[in-house]
Amino acid sequence: MPERIVYLDYNATTPLRPEVKDLMIQAMDVYANASSMHEAGRKAKAEIEKARAAVAALIDAGDSSTVFFTSGGSESNNTVFMTMYALAKTGSRKKIITTAIEHPCVLNSATHLKQEGLDVIFLPVDDEGKIDMDVYKRELTDETLLVSIMAANNEIGTIQDIGLITKMAKAKGAYVHTDAVQAAGKIPVSVQGWGVDYLTLSCHKIYGPKGVGALYVREGAPIEPLIRGGHQERGVRAGTYNNLGIIGFGKAAELALAEVDEYGRNIRRLRNMLRDEIVGRIPYVRINGHPTDVLPNTLDVSFPGAEGESILLSLDLEGIEVSTGSACASGSLEPSHVLMATGVGPELAHGSIRFSLGKYTTEEDVRYVAEKLPPIIARLRSMSTVSPEEAVGLTRR
Amino acid sequence: MDQFQWLYSDTVKDHFTNPRNVYNPDESFVPDAEGVVGNIKCGDQMMFMLKIKDDVITDVRWKTYGCASAIASTSMLSEVIKGMNIKDAYRIKPSDVAAKLGGLPENKIHCSVLGDKALRAAIDSYLEKTGRPGAFKSDAAVVVCNCLNITDKDIEDAVKAGARDWEQLQEATKIGTVCSSCKERAEELLHEFVHIYS
Repeated sequence: MPERIVYLDYNATTPLRPEVKDLMIQAMDVYANASSMHEAGRKAKAEIEKARAAVAALIDAGDSSTVFFTSGGSESNNTVFMTMYALAKTGSRKKIITTAIEHPCVLNSATHLKQEGLDVIFLPVDDEGKIDMDVYKRELTDETLLVSIMAANNEIGTIQDIGLITKMAKAKGAYVHTDAVQAAGKIPVSVQGWGVDYLTLSCHKIYGPKGVGALYVREGAPIEPLIRGGHQERGVRAGTYNNLGIIGFGKAAELALAEVDEYGRNIRRLRNMLRDEIVGRIPYVRINGHPTDVLPNTLDVSFPGAEGESILLSLDLEGIEVSTGSACASGSLEPSHVLMATGVGPELAHGSIRFSLGKYTTEEDVRYVAEKLPPIIARLRSMSTVSPEEAVGLTRR
Repeated sequence: MDQFQWLYSDTVKDHFTNPRNVYNPDESFVPDAEGVVGNIKCGDQMMFMLKIKDDVITDVRWKTYGCASAIASTSMLSEVIKGMNIKDAYRIKPSDVAAKLGGLPENKIHCSVLGDKALRAAIDSYLEKTGRPGAFKSDAAVVVCNCLNITDKDIEDAVKAGARDWEQLQEATKIGTVCSSCKERAEELLHEFVHIYS
């Protein structure tokens, strides 16, 4: 048994926070169909509308009728892309601009539209994960239907300038979507400030339950249902309301908004502490992502000469739970598409570990990792066919 | 059984956490033969060092860059081959190593069990040194894609099964989907086999 369990995979998912859990336990008896006209139905509907207002507030949406509940981030992103597909069929604009570092549900939706004949551009990023603004400017034309760029990256945490990106797209008359699944709750998010048409949220990344998310659709922006059926969500998303999930989402959103500044300060301090400990104790490491425009909780590190899955499993045996960009752990046999897009090279991508801290991370946790990690890296490097010096040299271009 | 189930068998865990016969640069181990296969770009690389007397492997050291099953399978192989005749050692297949480890996930057998190739490379270099180059080679396949351990025989089999172009070959074998440095050589073989079989 490890001495302690240190969960540092909050970008993968978060635990249910007690305040949300307590409310959900009470809400388990809110069984009525929120579409029903009777009192129980109206009560359920009132709870859902309360949650909608809280989610709208989290993203500074103004009118809560712009928020539609879905089953999660993947559904929200798919809905936007399939809406664009419908528009492209009849309209003259047939170009979609996204990035090489999006979540697979955006990448695969975009690839699907490409196969269907749309002109899809995957913008390259620089070595810190920022999109190439020159290429973006060049690709943005009067043919552009949609620009879909994530607010913050799940692996390296790099934050894009969504305000500027949107302004440029709007000048060309394109719609703008941002996947803010990782940004929400970690940094301030304002759909009105950014001016986007669509924004994706997921509840389980902000200490709420899994299986519920939301899509913001600016008043007047076109939207086509992905799931057809009843008149729920004003015809945008059919299916009986997920009372429990949505009520939990509302509470999680309310707390996330109230705490976002405090969260940012605390978590940044702990993340920087972990970063400094790693850099100070382990030779030859590379911190991936942007040095300043980065999620306050995310630390992606490459350990040349050691392989990611071996590092992950060694940490796991010590009770430390992280994720890796190594091919060996992906199931796809390919290293992280995000790190590869930043040009670090497969050697460093295979040896990468993502530490994503969260609300319940403590200084003791960071000290525990700082103590356990160096001997693990040293052991794997001592068994390795390549020295870290060689591995770093290999990646020089 | 552990209170939580590990990703791999207990034997893999044991060899991963306590690997046998790892080369220690501080010891004086003078090998009679060495072999390296794999590529760090693919995520796996292995090296074997052998001491051989009268065609019997008397001692062995190794190094591995790779995942837990790569480390464990190399460690297991190093135990198995001690005291073994080089001709028998040459015939060990990845599936033999996986079986000894109490099984490996299917996707791991192909890419992480490279130890047998490193071993064969070491034995080949020994045979060359002792004036018998290629003595055991007759039926051994040659690895083309180091990342996924795909051989010329695999390409031949894929072509026999109907693959006619690079996309179809990739679909059948996943060849060249990691570092793609094998593409040129693999395409040559593909054209050769397509010529033969179509």
